[in-house]
Amino acid sequence: MKLAPTYPAATLAQSPPVISVRGVTQRFGEAGAPQTVLALDDVSLDIRRGEFLTLLGPSGCGKSTLLNIIGGLVVPTEGAVTVNDTAVRGPLPKAIAFVFQESTLFPWYTVAENFALNFKYRGVARSEWRERTMAALKSVHMDTFADHFPNQLSIGMRQRVNVARGLSSETDILLMDEPFAALDEQTRMLLGEDLSVLLSQTAKTIVFVTHSLAEAVFLSDRIALMTARPGRIKKIIEIEEPHPRLPAFMLEPRFNEWRNECYASLRDEIRQAIATAEGTPP
Amino acid sequence: MTAALQARAIQFAFLGALLVAWFAIGRTGAISPLFLPPMEAVAAALVRLVQTAEFWSAVGTTLTTIIEAYLIAAVLGILAGWLVTRSRFLTRVLEPIVSGLFAIPITLFFPVFILMFGIGPESKVAYGAAYGFFPIALNTIAGLIGVDDRYLSAARSLGVSGFGLFRHVLFPAAFPVILTGLRIGFFICFASVLGGETISSVSGVGRNIALAAELMEPARMYAWIAFVIVAALVLNALVSALENRMRSH
Repeated sequence: MKLAPTYPAATLAQSPPVISVRGVTQRFGEAGAPQTVLALDDVSLDIRRGEFLTLLGPSGCGKSTLLNIIGGLVVPTEGAVTVNDTAVRGPLPKAIAFVFQESTLFPWYTVAENFALNFKYRGVARSEWRERTMAALKSVHMDTFADHFPNQLSIGMRQRVNVARGLSSETDILLMDEPFAALDEQTRMLLGEDLSVLLSQTAKTIVFVTHSLAEAVFLSDRIALMTARPGRIKKIIEIEEPHPRLPAFMLEPRFNEWRNECYASLRDEIRQAIATAEGTPP
Repeated sequence: MTAALQARAIQFAFLGALLVAWFAIGRTGAISPLFLPPMEAVAAALVRLVQTAEFWSAVGTTLTTIIEAYLIAAVLGILAGWLVTRSRFLTRVLEPIVSGLFAIPITLFFPVFILMFGIGPESKVAYGAAYGFFPIALNTIAGLIGVDDRYLSAARSLGVSGFGLFRHVLFPAAFPVILTGLRIGFFICFASVLGGETISSVSGVGRNIALAAELMEPARMYAWIAFVIVAALVLNALVSALENRMRSH
């Protein structure tokens, strides 16, 4: 069965960017000190409304840093980010939700209480909390665990709840930082499939960070390939494939072509990173 | 017999051996009854003591003093811990000062407490609170600076800050460490209030112990001490049970 795309790609390209990254440079360490690390170098990127964009690059290329800058958690050394034409100067809990690498459910609150805190600070009316929590949990088949503490769940279950919490925020933008990194390959692929189905039902703009090639190709509308440190956007690949994506997509020749294209780019970057590391005196 | 039961049996056997030794010393007169009166004499004194109104009034005074001192120490200690860790720079400046102050024997300033708050229970409240404050503040600082960055990022992305951050994230995340401070602080409060009463006061359990010693009534003095030991053991069991319950999730 072939599902129709939820939105035609052509209209996407014409709509104004929801997130605009302009000349973002990030240095770590005190200014002027010899040990400063240039993490991001003059990164500019437009993210379209409703698209799923993945930042893919070798580890240490600054992709998580870029995500944190977009979300207002880190203030860049230079450059600026605008979200819906407003400059980002700090976290925007009503516009942007994060799903972090490891489950950030607070272990001292039950699953439902974690959702409640999320809703409280995003300005959702108290009367809607329970209903929205249950609907979000149901979408990841976790509705019977609302009153459990996170430590009573497996890592995979926790991460499903974590993703559901991000989706339930009903912010226009969802930033996901390797949400499946802590999981084994099988669980990871399964959650990826679920996510693809869930996302086809929302109009959210998603920025996703991963270093898994298959995950990137399977989920994304566009993949921004990054260079090794200092991170720059090297190339953007369009994955023209309708949503929701089904597992059969992974068996298609075009899946492999996209995957190989990403791999070739990553491979060059990793080789270069190793060469640079060997060239620098200790 | 399980290992836990065995351990308990040995602990009770140890306690029993101490009592038997005390009894035997009383019989043989190896130690002057002025320093260690016979167990029977102390037991008889204790029985007489608990039947007097003065006993319960003294216990009431001391208990109230301990509770007041502890509440002040706990609230101020946790508050100070939070304020000190508001920024990394502030922590770097103030944490060594707080731990440095704790190294000073506050007992040296006991006369100052008497001068400032008088000879009544107020000076013991202040003295006990001052002593209990430090372990609570120091453990709160240690707990708060150890809070996982993941939770802080998650909270920041939600726009949680100020007291909300403390209530929903910092305090619960640091709670296991703060709890250790609260337990240590409680026993320091307990000890310093009783110690303070022994040194200088007009009422309370400590005052009565000192008074019995001054009046050369060792049986009566040991009766008071025996009561404090039993009270301490009961409190310790209560605090441990409470702590285990709080740590269980």
